[in-house]
Amino acid sequence: MTAFLVRRLAFACVTLFAVLTLVFVLVRIVPGDPAQLILGDQASREAIVALQHRLGLDLPLAQQYTVFLTGALRGDWGVSMVSGQPVIGEVLRVLPWTIELTLVSLVLGILLGVPAGVYAAIHRNRLIDYAVRISSLFGLSFPPFVAAIILLLLFAIALPWFPVISARSGSLMAWYQSITLPAVSLGLISAAYVTRVTRSAMLEVLSEDYVRTARAKGVPWNAVIWRHALRNALIPIITVVGLYLGILIGNSVLTEIVFSRPGLGKLLIGALNQRDYPMLQGMMVIYTLIVVLVNLLTDLAYGFVDPRVKLK
Amino acid sequence: MTTDARKEPTTPVPVLAVRNLTTAFRVDGQWITVVKGISFEIGPRETVAIVGESGSGKSVTALSIMGLLPAANSRVTGEILLEGRDLLKLPEGKMRHIRGNQISMIFQEPMTSLNPVLTLGFQIAEALIYHRALDRKQAEAETLRILERVRIPSAASRLHEYPHRLSGGMRQRVMIAMALACKPKLLIADEPTTALDVTIQAEILELIKLLQDEEGMSVAFITHDMGVVAEIADRTVVMLNGNAVEQAGTEELFAHPREPYTRALLAAVPRLGSMKGRPDPQRFAIVDPVTGEREIVPETASTAAVTERPVLEVANLVTQFDIRSGVFGRVSARVHAVENVSFALSAGETLALVGESGCGKSTTGRSILRLVEPKSGSVVFEGKDVRGLDREGLRVARRHMQMIFQDPFASLNPRKTVGGAIAEPMRVHGMLSRSDARDRVSDLLRKVGLAPDMASRFPHEFSGGQRQRLCIARALALEPRLLVADEAVSALDVSIKAQVINLMMDLQAEMGLAYLFISHDIAVVERVSHRIAVMYLGEIVEIGPRAAIMEDPQHPYTKRLMAAVPVPEAGRRNLRRGLSTTEVPSPVHGPDYVPAPRLYREVAPGHVVQAFDA
Amino acid sequence: MNTLVKAAPTPLAYFASATLKAFNTNKTSWIGLVVFLIVIVAAIFAPWLAPFDPNDQNIFEKLRAPTWEHWLGTDSFGRDTLSRLLYGARISLIIGIVSTFAAMLIGAVIGMLAGWHGGRVDTVTMQAMDVLLAFPSLILGLILVAMLGPSMVNIIIAIALTSIPPFARIARAPTIAVKEREFVEAGRALGYSDTRILAVHILPNIFPEILVMGSLWLANAIRTEASLAFVGLGVKPPTATWGGMIREGFENILDSYSLALAPSVAILVLIFALNLLGDGLRDAIDPKLKGET
Repeated sequence: MTAFLVRRLAFACVTLFAVLTLVFVLVRIVPGDPAQLILGDQASREAIVALQHRLGLDLPLAQQYTVFLTGALRGDWGVSMVSGQPVIGEVLRVLPWTIELTLVSLVLGILLGVPAGVYAAIHRNRLIDYAVRISSLFGLSFPPFVAAIILLLLFAIALPWFPVISARSGSLMAWYQSITLPAVSLGLISAAYVTRVTRSAMLEVLSEDYVRTARAKGVPWNAVIWRHALRNALIPIITVVGLYLGILIGNSVLTEIVFSRPGLGKLLIGALNQRDYPMLQGMMVIYTLIVVLVNLLTDLAYGFVDPRVKLK
Repeated sequence: MTTDARKEPTTPVPVLAVRNLTTAFRVDGQWITVVKGISFEIGPRETVAIVGESGSGKSVTALSIMGLLPAANSRVTGEILLEGRDLLKLPEGKMRHIRGNQISMIFQEPMTSLNPVLTLGFQIAEALIYHRALDRKQAEAETLRILERVRIPSAASRLHEYPHRLSGGMRQRVMIAMALACKPKLLIADEPTTALDVTIQAEILELIKLLQDEEGMSVAFITHDMGVVAEIADRTVVMLNGNAVEQAGTEELFAHPREPYTRALLAAVPRLGSMKGRPDPQRFAIVDPVTGEREIVPETASTAAVTERPVLEVANLVTQFDIRSGVFGRVSARVHAVENVSFALSAGETLALVGESGCGKSTTGRSILRLVEPKSGSVVFEGKDVRGLDREGLRVARRHMQMIFQDPFASLNPRKTVGGAIAEPMRVHGMLSRSDARDRVSDLLRKVGLAPDMASRFPHEFSGGQRQRLCIARALALEPRLLVADEAVSALDVSIKAQVINLMMDLQAEMGLAYLFISHDIAVVERVSHRIAVMYLGEIVEIGPRAAIMEDPQHPYTKRLMAAVPVPEAGRRNLRRGLSTTEVPSPVHGPDYVPAPRLYREVAPGHVVQAFDA
Repeated sequence: MNTLVKAAPTPLAYFASATLKAFNTNKTSWIGLVVFLIVIVAAIFAPWLAPFDPNDQNIFEKLRAPTWEHWLGTDSFGRDTLSRLLYGARISLIIGIVSTFAAMLIGAVIGMLAGWHGGRVDTVTMQAMDVLLAFPSLILGLILVAMLGPSMVNIIIAIALTSIPPFARIARAPTIAVKEREFVEAGRALGYSDTRILAVHILPNIFPEILVMGSLWLANAIRTEASLAFVGLGVKPPTATWGGMIREGFENILDSYSLALAPSVAILVLIFALNLLGDGLRDAIDPKLKGET
C-alpha cells in the first residue's frame, strides 16, 4: 500500500510539474507581446517596457521559468493586473464557493445516481430500466448553462422560490437558498453520469462467477446486490467519478456565471476578458492542484475498496 | 460386476431424484430446449458422474437443480426431488434455504468464483450465518475448523486474507470449504478440476473422495473427462445433445458400453499406458457415434528421419521476463521462464514438451520462433542460427517454421474470409499470383479435410475443430518443415481432438513435418510423440524416447506427473493416493539470482535425466 | 450458428448489420439518427429555409415574443431568432465535426502506436494523455481560445486538442487486446510486417469502437463550442452561434424568455439525438456494455 501511494504521489508531482510547464509555455506562445496586448495599441514604448519589467518578461526565458516555478510552489503567484491584489489572496477568497458547489453537486449526483444505476441494472431490459437509461441520457445531454438557465427561468423567474442572484451567506436558510439551484443544475447532470456508470458496472459484475457463487451459497438477493456486487462495482465507479470531478469543476464555471455566484469561474472569466495574465497563471496552478489532489483521493479510495491494490 | 458393497444399486429413497427434467432458454424470442427430459437418481453416499462434451447440457442440468438459471429467460419443467420434496415447486425464498445448506455447488473456475473484495473467512462464514444463524464469533470458529478439514496450510492466518493471494488449487479448496460449511446432503461439482493442473487435480479429487467418506454426502460430478469419471464415480450418466443416452455403473460402463456414442467417446479418449511396447505414434481408431462401427487403424509406419541432421537444434536456451516496479521502473525481479533448455528435433519426428502451467513450455515454443526474444542460447534451424537473423532474415526463416495455437477462435481474424486468411501468407511472401493462390487454397483445404468451397466463409461459421483445421491449413501454406503446436488440441472436445490428431499424423507421414508438440495432456502426448521432454520450472528435467519416459520415468517430478494422470479404465474408483498439498514453487526470482548449474546423466541411449536429490 | 450468419462481414458491412440489429432492438436510436439528419439538412439549406437574413437588424422589432411573422421571436437587435438558429446550426456542426474528426484521427494514431509498442513509449504517452484527461477540458479550452483569439480555426484547434486523450485511450485498449489475440501472433509467425498487422488486422477490428466514440464526442464537441460561445469566446458576432444566442437571451432573460429558450432547446435536442445515436452504435459493437458512458 505504501509503495502504491509513493508511486501515485510521484505521479502527482510529475503531473503538477508537467502542467505548470504547459501553463508557462501556453502563456508565452500567445501571438503578440502580452504587455502590448494588455496596454493596447496606443501605449507608449516606455509604458510597455515598464510593464514588461514588472511582469518579468524582460528576463531570459530560462530564468522566467525558474522564477515562475519557484513562485508557483511558494504561493507567490504575482499580483493581479486588474485589482492590484496578490493573486493567491483573490483565488483563496473565492475557492470555498467553488468547492462547496462542486462537492454538494457531486454528493447529490452520487446519492441519486448510484441507487438509480443499481436499480436499473437489476431490472435490466424491463420498463424501469429503459426509463432510467433514457432519462439519464437526456440528463447527460444538457450543457450545464442550459440546465442552469432553465432552472433559473422556472424556479427563480416564473416561480419566484429562489433568488435570481444566489450569492448570499449567513443563515442556514440563506445558504440553502443560494446553493439549491446551482447545485441541483450540476447535480442532476452528475447524477445522470453516475447512473450510467453504475448501471454498466453493475451489469458487468452481476455476470461474474462470484455472484453466482454467492447465490449458490444461499445468500439473500439483497445481500448479493449490495455486498457482493456493489462492492466490486465501486471500483470502476470511483475511477469515473474521479475523472468526472474534473468535468464538474469545468462545468461549475458556467453555472457560476448563470447564477452570478462568486467562485473560480467568475474570477476566470473576468481574468480572460481583461487579459489579466498573472491571474490566469495563478488560476491554472490552482486548477492543477485541485486535479492532482482529486487524483490522489481517487487512488486512496481504490486502496480502501480493492484489496488487490496493496499488492502492486 | 462389482465387489464393493457401497456400490450396490440405490436404496429406496434416493437423495436426489431427477424426473423428466427439461430446460429451455429463450434466445432472440425463441425457446430452445437444452436439456430434453432427462431422469436419474443419486443415492445416499453415492457419486454419480454426468459426463458429456460441450453443449451436451450437463452444466445446465446442474444449474437447473440449483435453481440458479435466470428466471426471465429460462424455463425448467419436470421434477427435481430432494429426499422426496420437489424443488421446482418451492418459492425462491424457500429455495434459498436449500442452496448452500442442503445442496451445495462448486464451479469450474476457482480463479473467478471467489469475490475479490471480501475476505476468505467471511465468504465461508456467510453460509453459516445465513443458514445456521451463528453469530460472527461462532461462525469464525466453525470456519477455521472447515478450512482445516480441506487441508489448507496455516488456516488461521488465511481467515482475513483475500482470494488474490491464493493459487488456483488453494482457491478450489476454499470453494469446497464454502460448499461443505453447512454439511449439505448433496454436493454438485461442475468440472471442479478442469482448470487445474493435473497434479493439483489429483489432490482435489482425493480431497473430495475423503470428505465424502467423512461427511457421508452424495456427489453429482460433472465432467468431460472420462479419466476423472473412472477415478471418482460409482455410476455414470452419459449426456449427448441434452439427452441422457446411457446410464450404468461406472465399471459396467467402461467394460461394456452399450450405446454407440459411449463407445465412440471411450475410443477417442487416449488411455495412459495403452501404448506400451509400441515405439511409434498411433492414430486413434475413430468409432462412428451413430453406427458404433470401429475404423480399422493402419499401422503407422515410422516417419522420423533421425539419421539426417536434425531440423531444429536448441542449445542452452534462456528466456527471462523482467518485472519492473517502483517509480523509475527498475528491474525488481525476473521470471525465469525458460532456463538452459537444449534438445534436437529431426524431420518427421514429434517431440512433446510436457509440463504444468507456468513451466515454460509455451515460452520455449515462442522463443524458437522469436515471437519472444530469448536472452541467450542458440536456436539452429536447418543449419542457420535463428537468433542471429535480422528482421528480413527472420521473416524468411519463419516461412519454414510455423505455429498453431491453443484457441482456434482467437487464432483467426474474425473479419477475413478463411480463403483470404490462408492465401495471405503466400501473398505476403510473394509465393503465388492471385489465381494460383485460389488453387493452392483449395488444395490446402482438401488436405486438412475441408471442402474447397468453404474458402469464402468467415471463421465464425466454423466449429472449433474445423477452425483448428483451418489454422493448420494456413500454417501449411508456407510449406513449413517445423510446426510448433502449442496446446493445439487442448481446447477441443475428445472426439474432435482425436480427429485433429489423426490429421496431424497423416500430414506428418505425407510431408515429413517435424512437430514440437507442446501439451499438458500426457495421455495425448503418449499417443502422438516419438520423444518426450518433461519441463518443470523452466527447465527440462527429463528427456528421452517415449517408451523410456512413460515406462521407466526417473525424475521424481516425472513420476509424480505420471501418477497424477487419471486413466479412463475400470477399477480406479477406490484407488487412494493419499492426501498431499503441494504448492508449485515460483519461477520468479530476484534480479541477482543465478540458477544453480545442473548436471545431467544419460540413463539409457537418448534418455537423459537431470540430477536430483534422491 | 453456421446457418444463421451467412452474410459476408467485411468490417463495415459487419458493423452496419450489427448496427441495424441494435437500432431495431433499441428504436430510440432511429429517432436520434433522424433528428441528426434533419439538423444537417436544415443547416445545409439554411439560406433557403430561413425566413429572414440572420443579420438583418430591425430596431423596431427587438425582443419580440413569437409571432406569426417571427416564429421564435426576435433578439435585442430585432434579428429573427429562427433564421439565426438555422444559420447557427452550421457553426455548431462544422466546428463539432471537424474538431472531432481531427481528434479521432490524431488520438487513434497515438493510441494505436502506444498500444502496439508498449513499454516505455506507452507509459509516457498514456501518462501525458491521463494528465490532459484529468485537467478540466472546458477550462483548458477556454484558456486556449482566449490566448489564441476566438476564430473558427482556433476554436476547432482548442476543442480538438482537448478531445485527443479519450480517443487515444479508446484506440489503445483494443489495440492491446487485439495484439494479444492469437491471430496477431500467428500473423507474426507467418512473417507479416508490423505495418501490415496494424493496418490490415488491427485497424479494422478497432475501427467500430473509434467510430462509436466519435459519435459520442461529437455531442461533447458541440456542447463545448456552445459553452465557449456562451462565455463570449465563440466565433465573433454578428455571426450567429447557438451559444452566443443563449448568452444574449440570458442577458435579456427578464424581457424575453423565448430568446434564451429557443437555442437552448435546439442544442439540447441535437445533443440528445447524438447521444441516442451513439448509444445505439455502442450496443451494436458490444451488447454487453449497454448504456455505459
